[in-house]
Amino acid sequence: MLRLRYFKVMVGGIILAGLVICGLAAPLLAPFDPQEQLLESRLQAPAWLGGRAQANLLGTDNLGRDILSRIVYGSRISLLVGATTVILAGLVGCFLGAVAGYFGRRVDEVVGKITEIFLAFPFLLLAIALMAFLGQGVINIIIALMVSRWVQYCRVVRGEVLSLKERDFVTAAKALGARDYYVLLRHVMPNTFASVTVVATFAMAIVIISEASLSFLGLGVPAHIPTWGSMLSEGRSYMNRAPWLTIFPGMAIFVTVFGINLLGDGLRDILDPKLRRQI
Amino acid sequence: MNTIVRRIIGAVPVLLGISFLVFLLMHLAPGDPVMLLLGDDATPGEVARVRHAWGLDQPLLVQYWQFISRAVVGDFGRSLKFGEPVIKLIFERLPATIELASMSLLVAILISIPIGTYSAIKRDTLFDHAGTGVALIGVSLPNFWLGIMLIYFLGGQWNLLPVAGRIEYGIEIKPITKLFLVDSLLTANFGGFWSAVQHLLMPAVTLGTALAAIVTRITRSSVLEVMRQDYVTTARAKGLSEGVIIRRHILRNALITVVTILGLQLGALLNGSVITETVFSYPGIGDLLIQSISVRDYKLTQVLILFFGVIYFVVNLLVDMLYMLIDPRIKL
Repeated sequence: MLRLRYFKVMVGGIILAGLVICGLAAPLLAPFDPQEQLLESRLQAPAWLGGRAQANLLGTDNLGRDILSRIVYGSRISLLVGATTVILAGLVGCFLGAVAGYFGRRVDEVVGKITEIFLAFPFLLLAIALMAFLGQGVINIIIALMVSRWVQYCRVVRGEVLSLKERDFVTAAKALGARDYYVLLRHVMPNTFASVTVVATFAMAIVIISEASLSFLGLGVPAHIPTWGSMLSEGRSYMNRAPWLTIFPGMAIFVTVFGINLLGDGLRDILDPKLRRQI
Repeated sequence: MNTIVRRIIGAVPVLLGISFLVFLLMHLAPGDPVMLLLGDDATPGEVARVRHAWGLDQPLLVQYWQFISRAVVGDFGRSLKFGEPVIKLIFERLPATIELASMSLLVAILISIPIGTYSAIKRDTLFDHAGTGVALIGVSLPNFWLGIMLIYFLGGQWNLLPVAGRIEYGIEIKPITKLFLVDSLLTANFGGFWSAVQHLLMPAVTLGTALAAIVTRITRSSVLEVMRQDYVTTARAKGLSEGVIIRRHILRNALITVVTILGLQLGALLNGSVITETVFSYPGIGDLLIQSISVRDYKLTQVLILFFGVIYFVVNLLVDMLYMLIDPRIKL
């Protein structure tokens, strides 16, 4: 069993590392400019399926743009939105969860009610609602997903802090005259790191799938920026003539999310098995 | 019973919070919704008239009060684009979404409970690892991609199932409950029933897959936990057959948790219904939401989001309370 956990972490880690490398080195890895339109070679099948344009490994779209290059560049948006949202939502959620758990009473009640209101919305629906009113854009999508996602961190951190604050090392620090914020930052929060890492990993998978969903619905980033979700949406109209327009971007989303979920699963089993009931 | 009353009273501020959040959304929109509706050519007089008619010239809190006081009597106004009362539009589409969500739930149960239970019983075998792996794949599949692939293969390439809508063109079902499956059975319209089932299959599988994956994992861990209990050991010591132990002692107890999780996951079905209905052009409230957003009908969008939020919250509350009634050991 132990070996399986490390295997999951390794495979998931490799896939995530692949995404990071793809995103960072997109100009080096992409064989073509993702925006370059060659109308004479539109809707070409992948080269290995006998497509006319031998250089287009995964074929071309309705405007003659190279699918592989667009997928490589599309990873940038997934990575940017995924990482930024996870970090920002983590900061907000951890702060509120820590304060609520540590100070309790009224603070906990207020944070609890706010959490309940946000939990009352299905996650993606809240993001759809925000995007409907905020409009398309990378920053807007990060805001929408962050607003919908901080609650998970808040709940987990609050629970952890509630139990940690009763531990002897916290009592000892207080007895030595340490202030509350010092105890919280120096002694309590570092002990929530394992749980937060696991929550963040799963959150990254959910955020990437949500960004793709929003882009698919036309509510994500502006149309000229290549994203996996918008590629899928555009490809739908040509599904019978050119199925590769939908198959490959979908595969990219699936493999990425599968890898990150695998990593999260492995990390949870190694770092914090008791989270199994919560996530 | 006191706990239930307390829970209902505690829900009031949350419902007010939901309504305030939804109300604020309209004011988040960049630009003036009136200008968006009237266009740039509108005269200042026209703009002022519409602003006054919508109450947008009032202070924010007054507007919220008006919004709430109308909402509690079911007056949500008219859709800006469709011209009909918003509540009528929602209730026309709601049965389709209820039917889709129910069918998805059924698909999820039929897949997840047998696989989850068998995985737990055969723990650490090849079946268990395969089951866990399939569940992980299910969670990771983007449902819009799954839907498109089903349309491509089952609808397009193999021509096995219809790819859009609720029923075949030309088949009429007499509306009683507006749930096609129920109405067709009540009126003995078996052709209509079969057509409705065929139209529901692909969307239900698309929507139910992620839920099936989650519930498989929960069933597995819940069964494993019950298997460790003393009463299961006692049942074995008494010499009961493995089948009886699983059916009477393990599954009955493990399924309490599973049923609760299924109830709580109804929200996930609402989430997914927006995407699934868009992919299959299925005429439910999820599809209506995306339509309202695309035509910038802020009024309809706002009420639909409020509707989704309230339904989700109330369903969760009911499941919590039901759970407490089924298992009195639970204190909320």
